Amino acid sequence: MSPWLEKQFHLIDFTLASLARRKTRNLGLLVVYTLLVFVLASLTLYSNALRSEAKHVLAGSPEVILQRMVAGRHDLIPPGYLDKIGRIRGVQKKEGRLWGYYYDPVLNANYTFMARPASEVADGMIMVGEALARERGLAKNNTISFRSYSGKLFTFEVAAVLSPDSELLSADLVLLSEDDFRRFFEYPDGHYTDIALSVANPQEVRNVAAKLTAALPDSRPILREEVQRTYQSVFDWREGILLTVLAGAILAFAILAWEKASGLSAEEKREIGILKAIGWETGDVIRMKVWEGLLISLTAFLGGFLAAYVHVFHFGAAVFAPVLKGWSVLYPKFALVPAVDGLQVATLFFFTVFPYTAAILVPIWRAAITDPDAVMR
Amino acid sequence: MIELLDIRKAFNQNRPNEYWALHGIDLAIEAGKVTAFRGPSGSGKTTLLTIVGCLSRPTSGRVRFKGEDISALPERFLTDIRRQSFGFVFQQFNLIKGLSALENVILPAFPTGRPRAELVARAGELFARLQLAHRAQARVEWLSGGEQQRVAIARALINDPEVIIADEPTANLDTALSMEFMAILEGFTAAGKTVLLTSHDPLVVESSAVHRVVGMRDGRLIGD
Repeated sequence: MSPWLEKQFHLIDFTLASLARRKTRNLGLLVVYTLLVFVLASLTLYSNALRSEAKHVLAGSPEVILQRMVAGRHDLIPPGYLDKIGRIRGVQKKEGRLWGYYYDPVLNANYTFMARPASEVADGMIMVGEALARERGLAKNNTISFRSYSGKLFTFEVAAVLSPDSELLSADLVLLSEDDFRRFFEYPDGHYTDIALSVANPQEVRNVAAKLTAALPDSRPILREEVQRTYQSVFDWREGILLTVLAGAILAFAILAWEKASGLSAEEKREIGILKAIGWETGDVIRMKVWEGLLISLTAFLGGFLAAYVHVFHFGAAVFAPVLKGWSVLYPKFALVPAVDGLQVATLFFFTVFPYTAAILVPIWRAAITDPDAVMR
Repeated sequence: MIELLDIRKAFNQNRPNEYWALHGIDLAIEAGKVTAFRGPSGSGKTTLLTIVGCLSRPTSGRVRFKGEDISALPERFLTDIRRQSFGFVFQQFNLIKGLSALENVILPAFPTGRPRAELVARAGELFARLQLAHRAQARVEWLSGGEQQRVAIARALINDPEVIIADEPTANLDTALSMEFMAILEGFTAAGKTVLLTSHDPLVVESSAVHRVVGMRDGRLIGD
């Protein structure tokens, strides 16, 4: 082994022995440091996973949704609108959609009712989301009654519980036939909630939207990319709110780390003097202290990050989920697909490991350049 | 072996509390001999030893070690010379608490990058020679004063230096342990090492192990 490498091992040996000598202080710092990395990493991992989940889920949604506006409010699409759109180049499919919200006083929760063609859901049947089925204790072939807004009671048979794979979207979803939907909500014939359009070429989406605005001036097209952007903003915003709340803790850690890193005890200064007197160079002392900083910060980073990974992807981020997922009575249960963004890891690494290691350098350098004859006086 | 030419040393130079510890010391130190510096506190003995041992630089004057002027060398080269050529036994021993005797002894050799096994073997020889083998793994704060000094001596010898510098080596030892130290000192000269020490202790300065006694007062030599 080369003397250089051997020397680094000696320095690491000494560093580990030094850390062990001040066990309580260093363990305390390591625990707080690891906890901070854990919290920050959980936050970024979870937000990032939610963003990719939203992106993944929205990938299957229509490129353009057209809503009619009356006095700036969303209104029903009247009959004939689908024909008015006519044939716009690039639009593969256009479809009137029927959906609405239903408040269930049993659970104090809102469900999303959506009409599907009779080929998918027969009259008198419904398909329900996993969370809803769980909360109401429903299974296939069970019946359930809902009282409509007009006071009439409707009884449906559960044809199926929607696949848990789609729970993020379908947690509170009730699918029923178009006729049942219109009867239940007393929805006027020929009217739709909105119109979904499929556009094959992503370059064409904005042109299609412009043509729709020209053809139907009282309508607004909502693009999938805008919805995606909104989701990103919502999760960014929530992450930001949490970071703001955690700012106090981060600051407290910064003060603790600074105090620990920059405030060398008289004992440590004496030791540095001894090491210099017995033949260590200033560079050796600095290298030894850099190893110390790196060992603490890397251990904290790896420990905190791994714990955060397990917390987010195996335990569903139990600590932060209520804040980051958003509010709901029916929380979807879904396993996040592990998604780790390299840039985010690098940013987290830079903002946790680098400042700590840098913070120890200045005081160490100041102590290390003192004359070694101090130990003789 | 070591020549000091008009060595002067000031502390806090150009400040209101400026203090001159040495006023023009001229001295030649022979190799393979034990030289003791005797004088009251504040006479400049320790300051002179720090300059000879490359722990500090003189404010003016020259230090020649084996014919080479080392007084103006950059810190890195001075550290190299200090590590290879000088071994120190401090008055307070200056061992690092919390580490074992063995770890303390091999510390000065860490910057050399010598393999650990080699260092441990060398430390083992020194412990055996100093009758301390049974305490090698004990933490230094558990050792008696005499044992701590022997650990400090082993540490001074780990890099096999030509010169041993001991500052008031018997100040914290009783008579029996002081005699033991003098016996070790004779072993150094037998091995051809040069020893420089400071002491007030008549047991040391009047010992037959010491070849030369240099008197000091107020930063000046007052004759051998």
